[in-house]
Amino acid sequence: MNPVNAIELCDITKSFNDVPANNRVCMNVRWGEILSLLGENGSGKTTLMNILAGIYYPDDGTVLINGEEANILSPKDAFDLGIGMIHQHFKLVDNMTAAENIVLGLKEKGRLDRKSISAKVKEISEKYGFNINPERKIYDMSVSEKQTVEIIKVLYRGAKILILDEPTAVLTAQETDKLFTVLKNMRDDGKAVVIITHKLQEVLAVSDRVAVLRKGEYIGTVDTKDATAQMLTEMMVGRKVSLNIDRPTPVNPIPRLVAKGITCFNEEGYKILDNIDFTANGGEILGIAGISGSGQKELLEGIAGLYPVTSESSVLYYPDDTGKATELVGKRPMQIRKLGVALSFVPEDRLGMGLVGNMDLADNMMLRSYLKGKLGFTDRKQPKKLAEDVIDKLNVVTPGVSTPVRKLSGGNVQKVLVGREIAAAPKVLMTAYAVRGLDINTSYTIYSLLNEQKKAGVAVIFVGEDLDVLLELCDKILVLCGGKVSGIVDGRTATKEEIGLMMTGHKEEEKR
Amino acid sequence: MSVSKGSAKKTPLIRIAKRADISKLHAWFIRIAAILLALASGGLLILALGHNPFAVYRDMISGAISTKTATIATAKIAIPLLGAALSLAPAFKMKFWNIGTEGQILAGAIAASYFALFHYQNFSRPVLLFIMFCASIVAGGLWGLIPAIFKAKWGTNETLFTLMLNYIILKIVTYLRTGPWKNPSSSGFPKIAMFDASARLPNVFGVNIGWIIVLGIVAFMYIYMRYSQQGYEIAVVGESEHTARYVGMSVGKIIVRTILLSGAIAGMVGFLIVSGSSYTLTDNTAGGYGFTAITVAWLSKLNPFAMIIISVFLAVLKKGSNTIQTNFKIPASASDVLTGIILFFMLGCEFFINYRLIFRGSNKAVEVQND
Repeated sequence: MNPVNAIELCDITKSFNDVPANNRVCMNVRWGEILSLLGENGSGKTTLMNILAGIYYPDDGTVLINGEEANILSPKDAFDLGIGMIHQHFKLVDNMTAAENIVLGLKEKGRLDRKSISAKVKEISEKYGFNINPERKIYDMSVSEKQTVEIIKVLYRGAKILILDEPTAVLTAQETDKLFTVLKNMRDDGKAVVIITHKLQEVLAVSDRVAVLRKGEYIGTVDTKDATAQMLTEMMVGRKVSLNIDRPTPVNPIPRLVAKGITCFNEEGYKILDNIDFTANGGEILGIAGISGSGQKELLEGIAGLYPVTSESSVLYYPDDTGKATELVGKRPMQIRKLGVALSFVPEDRLGMGLVGNMDLADNMMLRSYLKGKLGFTDRKQPKKLAEDVIDKLNVVTPGVSTPVRKLSGGNVQKVLVGREIAAAPKVLMTAYAVRGLDINTSYTIYSLLNEQKKAGVAVIFVGEDLDVLLELCDKILVLCGGKVSGIVDGRTATKEEIGLMMTGHKEEEKR
Repeated sequence: MSVSKGSAKKTPLIRIAKRADISKLHAWFIRIAAILLALASGGLLILALGHNPFAVYRDMISGAISTKTATIATAKIAIPLLGAALSLAPAFKMKFWNIGTEGQILAGAIAASYFALFHYQNFSRPVLLFIMFCASIVAGGLWGLIPAIFKAKWGTNETLFTLMLNYIILKIVTYLRTGPWKNPSSSGFPKIAMFDASARLPNVFGVNIGWIIVLGIVAFMYIYMRYSQQGYEIAVVGESEHTARYVGMSVGKIIVRTILLSGAIAGMVGFLIVSGSSYTLTDNTAGGYGFTAITVAWLSKLNPFAMIIISVFLAVLKKGSNTIQTNFKIPASASDVLTGIILFFMLGCEFFINYRLIFRGSNKAVEVQND
């Protein structure tokens, strides 16, 4: 391979709805390096890589692969050029084996030779340090194993350029380390590896160079050895940002929500939550950590009356300091509200559950208050005023109160949702992945809003995925593993490794 | 910046891109262009049949609205069509694909006919008409309730369910016509008797009073959908059931209540047809109004006032196509093709309102970058 550059992009431009996602991006990726493509959400990282993978076609610009001009019209063209992309959402057939998924879609002549496929898969695995059984079915696999299958799939097809879209978003700390070892092996083998990410620690840990995009524009590429987190953040955001999260000391914590033995089953009868006990105190932030799908969603929805929990479960709500409690289990959301329970909930699915994407800001504010009007009519003045207040206080960027919320950016959508839930003056505030997909600025806005609520004596429950954030923000952290509490740790003293192990179930019941 | 020379040949010929907001003027321009294109294509069909397109189009319009009789006949088509479309407004807003309007109309018509045929002697005219009105509302509502309850409780597919119910009620009408409700004094083809004069709706300005009722429903529906709490609930359930549950709405209850309303309005349309224009119940009473109403509902984007315009437009087309059949001896099927072409273009132009095409070599995308 003579040319130094595996990929050269020149003046790549791509617009959606006349909004540029990439604007004249020029950058290159060398053979034998790991390049991090860094940028906030909406900066155009994924769009740029999807152009290489043949999913989008650029409006303008040229792509050179190994020094030759390439015209990538389809994913097949990309494969032929040796480009393999591992998407955030896996594209595997659940009830086929790993080997079957790996050869799926290949047009090889003759009969399916399982032995030689397995042998080749084993060879690839050994070469790069994967650990996989080709005969296992996908539905038996963990998320990280599925990701491994995806990677082997592209290697099997002879990919020399690998693009991974946020590969660590679904992995634990330990799995991330393993993945990075594999990526380094590939680099040493001379392949070009691009990882899309917005996590600075990972960028610094794994890559050789970092390319930064901001709002569709290419900002620059730096060698990782010369880079610092602060400097990369500034490139990403465009100005100086403080990277510390506040954690005020809790004042006079008293129990607001006491959960005992929350258990629930899904529609197929599997136990999703198993005997969950915890206490959320007013004036504290209780973090909930766990691999995604460990029961976080069901736990919050169960408390809010949206997911059925067994009748033995109990969630007691203490509205004041007198010790009088209200049982929430067995009540529907409307009943809970009518009892005067000040419980606010920022769900994970913002546009699909917390808000209505096609309705405007004012109508979305009305979701909580639409029954307050007279004679069966809705009162549109209050919600409109509330929408204006939220826009004002949280600096929501929107053309006006009558813009459908789906047209807002992810961060602004979340501000609208959090703003509405906080406006209800909660005593307990539950948030699920409150900063997922948000840029650094908005994330910090959300953290400070949660801290304000904490200082006002609200019991905040924060389900999170980024352990660094959980450790900096929360007073206590409850770790879930497979629907069970594997421990509750102090956010000030716990370490990332400790929580990572608890998440995978290696350390049970010790910290209780 | 031009597309690079070497690969320009391989660039896709046409690419489709979603439009950002389009100005109202531009959207109307596209719609008017669509209608003109439809008329032009229809004109080709007419030419192929050996007639002068301009004469045919002129007769189509004059046949529908030039004389008082023609206008009344057109209105008789427009009234049930508008009523049926209004009944769909809340259901479609909730994304409940009720295509059982046809059946709900018949259910209402049967209930109204029962009182008109067998109890007309027992009541004074206003009371009789009022009872028929109420009976049709209840029957239409109940016929709508069946699929609504199944949908709310077990999540059954409402499209198939409502469609199948149409056939059931249609066969019930046939049964009544040939069996228990058969007019003993009619010989030959079995028929249901004509209503007594006291069971017929009075006319206002030459057209049965139904038009006032339907226009009243237009106003009601507009206010209901826009300003009432129930209308808001319907909109939220339609957009996202998860959100509706999350804020504590009882989704099942809202589905049942809304389809009850939808069916009730459709049932009342059945009453307007039997008591206002046909004066009897036949297999043809619903006459496809329930299906055409779906077109009206879509074209008007569920806006009740736009529904007035669209149903009148479709009624003119229908009446006009009858006229050209007699004036030019154009077969009924050909005039149906003509109507179909016009509707195809009108519905199809929505695609061009939402998307735009980018042709090879066009540098529009680059222009956008510069502004």
